[in-house]
Amino acid sequence: MSKTYFDETHCAIGHPKTKLMQWLLTVDHKRIGIMYAAVMFTFFFVAVFTALAMRIELFAPGAQIMDGDTFNQAFTLHGVIMIFLFIIPGIPAIFGNIVMPLMIGAKDVSFPRLNWFTFWLYILGCVIALSSLFIGEGVADTGWTFYAPYSLNTGTNVIMALVAAFVLGMASILTGLNFLVTIHRLRAPGMTFFKMPLFVWGIYATAWIQLLATPVVGITLILAILEKYFGIGIFDPSKGGDPVLFQHLFWIYSHPAVYLMILPAFGIMSEIIPTFSRKEIFGYRTVALSSASIAGIGYLVWGHHLYTSGMSDTAKSVFSFLTFFVAIPTGVKFYDWVATMYQGKIVLSTPMIWALGTIITFAIGGMTGITITMIGLDIHLQDTYYSVAHFHYAILGGVVFLMFAGMHYWFPLITGKMYDEGKAKIAFYLNFIGFNLLWFPMFIAGYYGMPRRYFDYLPEFQIYHQLSFFGALIFIAGLFYMFWNFYKGWTKGEAAGTNPWNATTLEWHLPTSPPPLENHTKVPYVDFEPYEYHHGEPVVKFNYETMQRID
Amino acid sequence: MSHEYVPEIATDRDGNQHEVQGWQDDFYGGKLGFWLFMFTEVMMFGAMFLTLAYYNALHPQDFIEASAGLNRWLGGFNTVVLLISALTMGLGLLKMRSGDVKGAKLMIYATILLAIIFLGVKAAEWTAEYHHGIFLGLPEMQGGNEDSLPFGKILFFGMYFTMTGLHGFHIILGIGLMIWLLKRINAGKVTPEHHILHWNIALYWDIVHLIWVFVFPYFYMIGAGVSVATGGHHGH
Repeated sequence: MSKTYFDETHCAIGHPKTKLMQWLLTVDHKRIGIMYAAVMFTFFFVAVFTALAMRIELFAPGAQIMDGDTFNQAFTLHGVIMIFLFIIPGIPAIFGNIVMPLMIGAKDVSFPRLNWFTFWLYILGCVIALSSLFIGEGVADTGWTFYAPYSLNTGTNVIMALVAAFVLGMASILTGLNFLVTIHRLRAPGMTFFKMPLFVWGIYATAWIQLLATPVVGITLILAILEKYFGIGIFDPSKGGDPVLFQHLFWIYSHPAVYLMILPAFGIMSEIIPTFSRKEIFGYRTVALSSASIAGIGYLVWGHHLYTSGMSDTAKSVFSFLTFFVAIPTGVKFYDWVATMYQGKIVLSTPMIWALGTIITFAIGGMTGITITMIGLDIHLQDTYYSVAHFHYAILGGVVFLMFAGMHYWFPLITGKMYDEGKAKIAFYLNFIGFNLLWFPMFIAGYYGMPRRYFDYLPEFQIYHQLSFFGALIFIAGLFYMFWNFYKGWTKGEAAGTNPWNATTLEWHLPTSPPPLENHTKVPYVDFEPYEYHHGEPVVKFNYETMQRID
Repeated sequence: MSHEYVPEIATDRDGNQHEVQGWQDDFYGGKLGFWLFMFTEVMMFGAMFLTLAYYNALHPQDFIEASAGLNRWLGGFNTVVLLISALTMGLGLLKMRSGDVKGAKLMIYATILLAIIFLGVKAAEWTAEYHHGIFLGLPEMQGGNEDSLPFGKILFFGMYFTMTGLHGFHIILGIGLMIWLLKRINAGKVTPEHHILHWNIALYWDIVHLIWVFVFPYFYMIGAGVSVATGGHHGH
């Protein structure tokens, strides 16, 4: 048996003997990706249970298991973990690390040691965020957006949350920087930008957002810290400062951050759809360039978070127009995916089912986003459950669902084993049904005026909250079933082989499964398109020893 | 290095050979990475300049009067110091590339010295401002009491201490980086053949002085020509 990356590794410092130290010091992009996944999903479940606690609280009007202040801290903890610890770094840190270098035929990322350092910077950020739970007045109660002036006045641990978000932002910047240089420098010979797999395009567009938008929120968080402890005045109305400026600066980053979450997820979709339709992707260039234009236009739409915060009507109209505009490249992608499936040999394996489910859930998330782009309607729906439901349909039903799709897709690549397809499909249906039952009633409740972030409500909203609660139970059951299936697959599953899905991209042309430490035996010369199928069979075939084409 | 990195060769179907760029020994990649990192600095200070411009638009007169109270001679002296330090840094890099390691080290020492002078002058300025009642946390900088400055001036000085403070923090980081660079040169890790670290630290120093080139006029020069007495708190 040849050695895989689980057997040997390169380390940042020295040559440690123990397995544990080999993992902690590893610079191998695949191992780092796995460690990110382990940490992130741990936090994901912490935040899931925080959310479940809120659902229990909301099962009936009045206080059930917590008071209002605790509820404020609960939704802040849920938001901070989900946004800063899980979903923003999520797909780039896990699949960007593991898969992207394999897809472009590189041995590792451009700066492997920086990658290692970035991982530990991320861990530091997590530790700071979590330790705020146990220090002083406990975790912040501002919501994950830290709006001034309340965040400047509250006695809770806002400072630790701000520092944590800054450190995590630093990690995000360095990840993006590393990927940008990797994609520019380490593509296999012959692989031009328009021969890259579309997931790499997604990561590339994302990396630019990480690099250019994150510093803005970084400095905003620093300014908020300076404001809170030194009183520089710029967010403090008693000194002439303007709290709305905080919202502007915050959303200049945090709206592009939404695209930062979704673009790599779209990349996963663009891998799965052609692979399981056994057909070249429809409109390769439009999918690639729409990623880039979403990244570009995404910078100019932040004002739609501030329709009710006090902004001139002209600014509102411009932001509203630009927000409609950003939906266009997203629509282009959706039509391309559907057109790819047309007359393809569709194989309904688990990754494909997740991708198809996402087309439904993200379409709902996207279309409801269009409704609240309209200024008049948004005045009514701002800060109601409608926007909560919209956000979760887009991010949970879009980004996280596609992340799960990617996990099912690349699981055999990463572990070399196959999970039980039947159980994986049951898990999908549990998740899909639970998800819709959990979030769809919130659209209706929000439309009738149920405000977000309240721990109590009028009796007329009870039915929606109770439906949501049962949806949440089904959803969580589905999550557990899915992860249990992964665990079973990893420990007891059958060997998957190097290319179980008949896929075409380079990460499926490795000599062993799981991959060896330094990836491809030889770097191939890329003179083919990423998704070439002929009569449902991959066109390009390699001799895995020499990486010469043999078709 | 005990073993030299040899790039791999990929062969296409016509038998042509193509050199593969590895992550090892990628001078251009190292430079590209650091240029990208410099973009983040621009975005950070860009957001602060945006804030500054916004409040300037709200309180133009207060900004000009507050600026008039700053010490343009000390600020100008510091600008010259920083520009000379950029020159010594650049000369050091040229010397390193031409093989003159000793001369390069001398230039780095000179840069460190100039950076320390800059910080000293900055500290003297802040101290003088403190004695004039202008510092974060002093009653003049709080709203709603009898000593309070007008809003525009509070905001001007709030941003002044924030931006010159963060800029000074970058100078301190730069001194640390240069000391580290000297250690790496002494250890033989940075040589005329492998000087990417020197190159990138020189780039860093360039962005630090470039930011100052914008910070200086916005804080010190917009009030030039206004009599100092109207600044109120700085008159000698």
